Amino acid sequence: MSDYKLVGKNFTPPDITGKVTGKAKYAEDFRVDGMVFARMYTSPMAHARVINIDTSAAEAMPGVVGILTAADVPEVEAPNAAILTNTPAYIGDPILAVAAETEQIAEDAMAVIKVEMEPLPFVTDPLDSLLEGGADARVEGNVYSRSREGSGFRTVKWSRQQVEEFRAGKEPTGEFVNEWSYGDISKSMEEAELVIEENFVTTGYAHMSMEPRTAMAYWQNGTCYVHGSAQSQSFWMPGLARLLGIETKDLVLISENTGGGFGSKIGAYPVAALPGWFSKKINRPVQLRVTREQEYYMGSARVGFQGWIRMGFAADGRILGSDVFIIEDIGANATGGDASSAGGAISMVYNAGAMRFRGLPVLTNTTPRGAQRGPGQNQIAAVMAPIMDKAATKLGIDRVDIRKVNSTNNESVVYAERLPVTSAYMDEALSKGAAMFDWDTRRQRPKKNGSKVRGLGIGQGFHSAGATGFDGLVRITPDGKLHIHTGVGNLGTYSYASTSRAAAEVLKCDWDNCEIHRGNTEHNLPWNSYQAGSVTTFTHTRTNYVAAMDALRKMKAIAADTMGGSPEDYDIDGTRIFRMDNPAQGMSYGAIAARAIQLGGEYSGQTFPEDINEITQRSVQNLAGSGLVGVAKDNLPQEGVIPGLAVAFCEIELDLETGKYEILDYVGVAECGTVLFPAGLAQQMKGGAVWGMGMAALERHVYDPQNGLPANIGYHQCGIPTYLDVPSVTRTSAVDIADPQNPFGARGIGEPAMGCSVAALTSAISDALDGHIFGRTPVSPDMIVNHVTGHDQSFLPLQTNNF
Amino acid sequence: MNPQLSRRRFIKAVIASSVAAASSSGIHSAIAQDKPRGAVERLISLNVNGQTRRVDVSPQETLAFTLRYKLGLTGTKIGCNRGECGACTVHIDGVTNYSCSTLTHSVRTRAVRTVEGLQAADGSLHPVQQAFIDELSPQCGFCTPGQIMSAVALLEENPRPTREEARHAMSGNLCRCGAYDHYLNGIMRASGQNS
Repeated sequence: MSDYKLVGKNFTPPDITGKVTGKAKYAEDFRVDGMVFARMYTSPMAHARVINIDTSAAEAMPGVVGILTAADVPEVEAPNAAILTNTPAYIGDPILAVAAETEQIAEDAMAVIKVEMEPLPFVTDPLDSLLEGGADARVEGNVYSRSREGSGFRTVKWSRQQVEEFRAGKEPTGEFVNEWSYGDISKSMEEAELVIEENFVTTGYAHMSMEPRTAMAYWQNGTCYVHGSAQSQSFWMPGLARLLGIETKDLVLISENTGGGFGSKIGAYPVAALPGWFSKKINRPVQLRVTREQEYYMGSARVGFQGWIRMGFAADGRILGSDVFIIEDIGANATGGDASSAGGAISMVYNAGAMRFRGLPVLTNTTPRGAQRGPGQNQIAAVMAPIMDKAATKLGIDRVDIRKVNSTNNESVVYAERLPVTSAYMDEALSKGAAMFDWDTRRQRPKKNGSKVRGLGIGQGFHSAGATGFDGLVRITPDGKLHIHTGVGNLGTYSYASTSRAAAEVLKCDWDNCEIHRGNTEHNLPWNSYQAGSVTTFTHTRTNYVAAMDALRKMKAIAADTMGGSPEDYDIDGTRIFRMDNPAQGMSYGAIAARAIQLGGEYSGQTFPEDINEITQRSVQNLAGSGLVGVAKDNLPQEGVIPGLAVAFCEIELDLETGKYEILDYVGVAECGTVLFPAGLAQQMKGGAVWGMGMAALERHVYDPQNGLPANIGYHQCGIPTYLDVPSVTRTSAVDIADPQNPFGARGIGEPAMGCSVAALTSAISDALDGHIFGRTPVSPDMIVNHVTGHDQSFLPLQTNNF
Repeated sequence: MNPQLSRRRFIKAVIASSVAAASSSGIHSAIAQDKPRGAVERLISLNVNGQTRRVDVSPQETLAFTLRYKLGLTGTKIGCNRGECGACTVHIDGVTNYSCSTLTHSVRTRAVRTVEGLQAADGSLHPVQQAFIDELSPQCGFCTPGQIMSAVALLEENPRPTREEARHAMSGNLCRCGAYDHYLNGIMRASGQNS
């Protein structure tokens, strides 16, 4: 590791100065001449059919420039989200938009628009929809399953008895639609020394990115320019082009800075295309600013779970079998998949000998769901931690040791497909965390002090952390500079920069002599992955590696062509390419770039590999002749699951009288291969910790079941963690063992950083309460007080989205 | 500096105003609800970052709106527009204020400072800005200008705060990325104390 020049070293990301000076521009900070402002009229009903729209009074208002309705935008088949709809399926579903000279006029125009609607039945809790006679969230059905074999609506109903038995903690006997398994689950339970059954709820909650999903668009010469709040950059292009009904060659996306995404802005979301359609209709630039309140109505949120799990343990703590059943709250637009991912996480993190997953994705008339930091993996992490603790206690095993017995390692095979892992060191992560936390000493300490009781928690997080097949693009110009073109988004992880350094590492360039091109698709960006799913680090160290290796190959070929010998005779030092047997004979990078331009062909991008994506092809064509071009698709070998793993240890002090707790200490350890950017990793681990603390204790959706109204539409109502909800110091570290399937040994970490935290918290709460398992997130103070004082909880078992 | 206006009192006032704002919707929640048509808007002088700026301000316009959309000072961010998140934090006579919940007309005789006003005349960064870079404090950066304005105000009043004091002083600024630890590191560094 130590011979790397850049990998594993801290640096100052080039965009950070703009963030501290206020010069960094986000989507809403751009204004263009003639721009008008759009505001949306959104559904006041949870499920309805629009009968008639009368906009005549609005259109007559001075300053109103135009109206956009569902008739002006492509129709989308339910349950997929449309840009505008006449069949709204949640409160806040956009029905129409008004453009005006000022936002105030647009807002005033809303008051005089008449929308006649026919209300339809609606539901906010999946179990209420499953119950026979319960409402369906869509007229087409109450269940929507997406799968490779085919997606479609179903209507699934359970008998009252089936629902009641599920609420009572029994194995669900109702119909389900998804299933996968491996091993013999029945046999594993028969052979188990200990079988634990629990039901659980994880309530959905909003992403709450600080920047609302503003978008601004205009057209010039047939090209649509969109300023968007995009989590990814290149990856947005095909989806946004599709939403706009154009080809990617006719689209420019500017997204230099994005005020957080956390999964809510991975791909182009429908309202991002609204200004484009509006601008086309009225021939003016249009900005749509989504308000904070609207973010809660029509932004996006984590999928909720209502589930049941049975686990069989051997006497030594090994998990022989895991049998899990999850009802997924997939909102009205059927965006989910979290449940199966949760099953996958059980397979990965707990190395279960046999497994069965059954799932039932149920539609509700609630805010659209989307991937949220560790979608599925982090919900189940919260569920599993107290169960592991319970098993440890019953079997008389230390709580760290039971996790070690089951820890994923290089020999593990995971998922239904029984895939290998690229590498995994969960045991090492647990050892490191336990040592940093001083687990052995702390667990001996007395727990209770008056009404205060201490709890220790251990959590484990996982998300697959890499993808392959994307492109890399670098360029050396005659001034000797290395230009790294990256289509990775910029949502605040700085991984666009840390992965770009992989190219500089290969070409041994000083970082000061490198320039990153990004943030605007006119900057000739390559086809890059989504900036999500913890994939960027693994994926784009690889793409930048292959592009730099392509550049290096061309440099050597040009050197041999110019100075004699064969390419293998040459090496580089970061500024020169030289003959190894006579270092005095060489050329500067600048001279090589100039020679590449003279030679043309593949050297300067006139020709390029056939397998690169059309987006990369166009970028190369634009750059052709400007320097030595390195461009390649990542065809490096890759086999098996690429795990991002993390563990956390925490100590809380819980007040039995108030139900509140303080987090006294938190230690997070990343297991993400080689550390690429230490400060960035620490920041992800700490930010993920805050997210886990929010999910464990604070954040949830609340709906008024009578009207389907979201009851919490503000930051504090929704429980965003503040400075005072989290420890002022969190400690982090990393295992730092290279993964063999990445040229630099690196994997991603963003999501496991949170999963380990929420799990450590649910584990600590359970520990403080003598092993009581709430089986629910968030655990609120009133739940703790009710438990301590022997009162019933204020909700039905398994009830969700409730007060 | 107004010693009478403690942060706690200020936050209480903001909470009260945001309750009112929460009942209406949208960007202009604090802007004219009943503005008479054709009312003459007023050209006023504002002292922003040490400069006098002439600007046309409608009667119930918020300072965040004026700064961003009339003066081009887009470093001040609007995250919630209802006094919750602190992304719009500016200084008014040295005291932190949520500019989304402050009427522009109310600051006509006062000195407004935004994140754009922190750099020295030679362009060098304010110590808090530099410390936030050194500690890699921002993630997405959207809340950062507000965090910086709160941190600068804290250090002007209390040049060597404890980490606990800083944590409380900063608690009116939200960060969804959860970069609180790194922001506090930045404040401790800027105050000359090891983080």
